[in-house]
Amino acid sequence: MAKNNSLHPNSNGETEDSPNMLVYRKMEDVIARMQDEKNGIPIRTVKSFLSKIPSVFSGSDIVQWLLKNLFIEDQVEALHLGTLMAAHGYFFPISDHVLTLKDDGTFYRFQTPYFWPSNCWEPENTDYAVYLCKRTMQNKARLELADYEAESLARLQRAFARKWEFIFMQAEAQAKVDKKRDKIERKILDSQERAFWDVHRPVPGCVNTTEVDIKKSSRMKKPHKTRKSVYGLQNDIRSNSPTHTPAPEAKQPTEEELREQIKFWQAQLDRHRLKMSKVAESLLSYTEQYSDYDPFLCTPDPSNPWISDDTTFWEMEASKEPGQTRVRRWGFVINEVLKDPVGREQFLKFLESEFSSENLRFWLAVQELKKRPIREVPTRVQEIWEEFLAAGAPSAINVDSKSYDKTTQNVKDPGRYAFEDAQEHIYKLMKSDSYSRFIRSSAYQELLQAKKKKSKNLF
Amino acid sequence: MLRGLEMETPRTNLAVASQPSDTLTTLKTESETLKTKLEEERAKLHDVELHQVAEKIEALGQFVMKTRRTLKGHGNKVLCMDWCKDKRRIVSSSQDGKVIVWDAFTTNKEHAVTMPCTWVMACAYAPSGCAVACGGLDNKCSVYPLSLDKNENLAAKKKSVAMHTNYLSACCFTNSDMQILTSSGDGTCALWDVESGQMLQSFHGHAADVLCLDLAPSETGNTFVSGGCDKKACVWDMRTGQCIQSFETHESDINSVRYYPSGDAFASGSDDATCRLYDLRADREVAIYSKESIIFGTSSVDFSLSGRLLFGGYNDYTINVWDVLKGTRVSILFGHENRVSTLRVSPDGTAFSYARLLVNWSGSHSVITPL
Repeated sequence: MAKNNSLHPNSNGETEDSPNMLVYRKMEDVIARMQDEKNGIPIRTVKSFLSKIPSVFSGSDIVQWLLKNLFIEDQVEALHLGTLMAAHGYFFPISDHVLTLKDDGTFYRFQTPYFWPSNCWEPENTDYAVYLCKRTMQNKARLELADYEAESLARLQRAFARKWEFIFMQAEAQAKVDKKRDKIERKILDSQERAFWDVHRPVPGCVNTTEVDIKKSSRMKKPHKTRKSVYGLQNDIRSNSPTHTPAPEAKQPTEEELREQIKFWQAQLDRHRLKMSKVAESLLSYTEQYSDYDPFLCTPDPSNPWISDDTTFWEMEASKEPGQTRVRRWGFVINEVLKDPVGREQFLKFLESEFSSENLRFWLAVQELKKRPIREVPTRVQEIWEEFLAAGAPSAINVDSKSYDKTTQNVKDPGRYAFEDAQEHIYKLMKSDSYSRFIRSSAYQELLQAKKKKSKNLF
Repeated sequence: MLRGLEMETPRTNLAVASQPSDTLTTLKTESETLKTKLEEERAKLHDVELHQVAEKIEALGQFVMKTRRTLKGHGNKVLCMDWCKDKRRIVSSSQDGKVIVWDAFTTNKEHAVTMPCTWVMACAYAPSGCAVACGGLDNKCSVYPLSLDKNENLAAKKKSVAMHTNYLSACCFTNSDMQILTSSGDGTCALWDVESGQMLQSFHGHAADVLCLDLAPSETGNTFVSGGCDKKACVWDMRTGQCIQSFETHESDINSVRYYPSGDAFASGSDDATCRLYDLRADREVAIYSKESIIFGTSSVDFSLSGRLLFGGYNDYTINVWDVLKGTRVSILFGHENRVSTLRVSPDGTAFSYARLLVNWSGSHSVITPL
C-alpha cells in the first residue's frame, strides 16, 4: 500500500496538485523508472531492410517490466495499465495511430517530455491544420494521411478558408526545418509529433483521454500554464473557455470563522472515542451476522432473480407472511423490526396484547411527522401532542420530566423536530424493554419456528 | 511641546499594531494547535490495525462476477444512477441531458425526459417509487412525478425544488418523498421541502465544491456524510446544520462517500486512487484500500449488503472489489474503454449496477451479480 506523494512543488513553488496532475505525476514516475539505465526497459535500434528503426522496445518488454516492477499479479492488469499510459501518450506504437499496448513484438517508443500531458496542452485546430498540411508535403509513404486525417484536413480547409494561405506558409516553414534534421532524429521526432496528435485528435472510436470531468475542469489551478501553441501560431494566452475560469483566490479565514473552527476542534477533542480493537470486533461481528443475507457471499433462497430470471425471492420479501430468514433478522437489533413493515406490524400486535402499544405508536407517529411537507407540520404536531402527551391524552406515554418540559416548549413553535427528545427517550425504552420481550415472546418464536419445518437449508 | 508629542506617539502606535493581524495570527495558531492535538488524541486509541484483527476470519474465495443486463439508450456518458426501493427499477441521467427510468429486470425503458441543461450529474429515485429528482449544470434539483400513463409529458409536471449557486453534484431523498438533500459545487449542502421548495437547513463547512453525499442508514438518526474537493469528509446533523465530525486524510478530491450498512462507518473514494474506511466511533480512518498499480482516481464506491465487500469504480475503466476487513483486493473487472462513473449496489444487495460509456456505441449500464 504505497503512499503516493502528491506534493511535488511546481515552478511557482506551490504544492497543490489538481486531480489530473496527480495522475500524470504518478505515470511520469513510472516512465522515469522505465527509462532508468539500470533497471528500466532496454531501448535499442533495430535493423530493418535497408533502414534502421531507432530507439524502440517491444510491447512484451513493457508488459514484462510492469509485471516485475509494479508488483502486478497478472498479464491482463499489466496490459491494462500499459494501454492507459499509451492512451495518454507516454509511449506509443510506432506504426499505428491507435494508442493501445499489445503484448507482442510490436515496437513502441517513448514520448518526449515536451509533449507530456502534464504540460497542460490544449492545441488549437489551427495547429492541427498546420500539422496535417505539413504531412501532405512530405513524400514518405509512412507519413501518408490516414482516412480520418484526410477528412479532418478537408474540414479544416473549409473552416479556415480565409487563413489557409497563412497556414500553408507555416506548414512549408515547418517542413523546411524538418528536412534539415538528421534522418534518424527526424524519424523519432516525426513519430513523437504524430503520437501527440493521436492523443489530442484521436482516431474516431478511440477514447479521448484529454476529456476532463466538467466538475474538475472548472478548477484548473494554473490556467496561465496551459499551452495551446505547438507551432508558434498564436500567443500562449488563455481563451475564455469555461475550462479556464481562474480558480478563486483561497480566502483567508475571518476572525469569526477562526473562532468557529476553534470551537469545533474543542468539541471534537471532548468527544468520546472507542479503541480500535473494540471497533474492529464490532465491524467483524456485524459483517458476520449479515453475511448469510449478502447475495454476493451467500446465494439467496430460492435464487438470485437477476441470475435465474425468477422473482420469487422478491415476492417473498414483499409478502405479508414473512419467511424464517426474514423473521430471524428481526432478532438482530430493534431497527430491523422497525425497518420491515411486517416486523412493525407484528411488534405492534404484540404490544397491543400487552396494552402497551402507545410507545411504538408515538414513535411511528413522530417518524411520519418528519416525512410530511413542512406545511402540514404544525397541525400534525398538535395532533400528536393531544394524542400522546397532553394532560388526559388517550394514549399517554411516559417521558422524563426534562424531555417533557422541552417538548412543551417546542410545541409552542412547532417544527419537524418538536418531539425529538421525547422520541429518543421512547426509543431507548423500547430498545431495552419492549423489544427484548417481543423477541422472547411466544408470538415471535412461533413465527421463527413456523417455516423452519417447511424450508430446507441449502448448505 | 516636542517632549509631549514624543511621549504620545509611541503609545498610539502600539495600540493600532496589536489589533487585526495579531488576533488573526493568534487564532490561527490556536486552531492549528488544537487540530494537531486532536490528531494525537485520535492516534492514541489506535491499538491495532483492522486487517490484523481480521486475520482470524476466513478469506473470501476467488470472486467471479458476470454481467446480467445491459441497458442501452443514453446517447452520451451516463453520469449518475440510482436504484428504486423495489430493487429492480433504476433512474439514470446523462451528459446530454436525458433522464431515463428503466425496469432493469426486463431492460425496458419506462419513462424518459430531456432536461433543459446538459450534464445532469445527479439523480435519485423517491422512496415511494413515484418520483425522481435530478439536476446538474442548471444549479437546480427538480422533481418529476412518475405516472403510469405512457403518454404523459413528464417535462410538464416538473417541479423545481433546490436552488444552488453552482452545479448540483448529488441529490438524495430522505426516507420520504417530501424532503431532498443536495450537494453542490457552491461548497454547501442543503435540505429542501419538496412541496414548497423551501430550504429547511443548509450545511456550511466545506472549503470547496461538495461532490458527493450519503444519508445514514438509520431509522433514528438524522445524519449524513459529504465529501468534497477540499479532501474533507464531513458528517452533519440534519437538525442543526452543524458538522459533527470531519476527516481529512485523502490527498485529493473525494468523489464518492457511502455508509457501511450498520451506519457506524463510511467509505470514501478519491482522485488519490485510494478508497478509505472511516469509523465514527473510533473517530478516525481505519483502513486504506490501494495498490501501487492503481494510479487513477476512484469515482464511485458502494458496499455489499453485509459490508464485507467494497466495490470501487475507477477512472481507469476498472472496478476493483475489496475485502473491507482484510484490506485486500478480491476481484477486478475490466471495462476496457468503458469509463465508470457511478456504481450502486441494489437495495437488497442482489446485484450492482454501474454506468459506463461504451466507446463505439452510446452510454449504457450494466447490472452485475456474482457468478
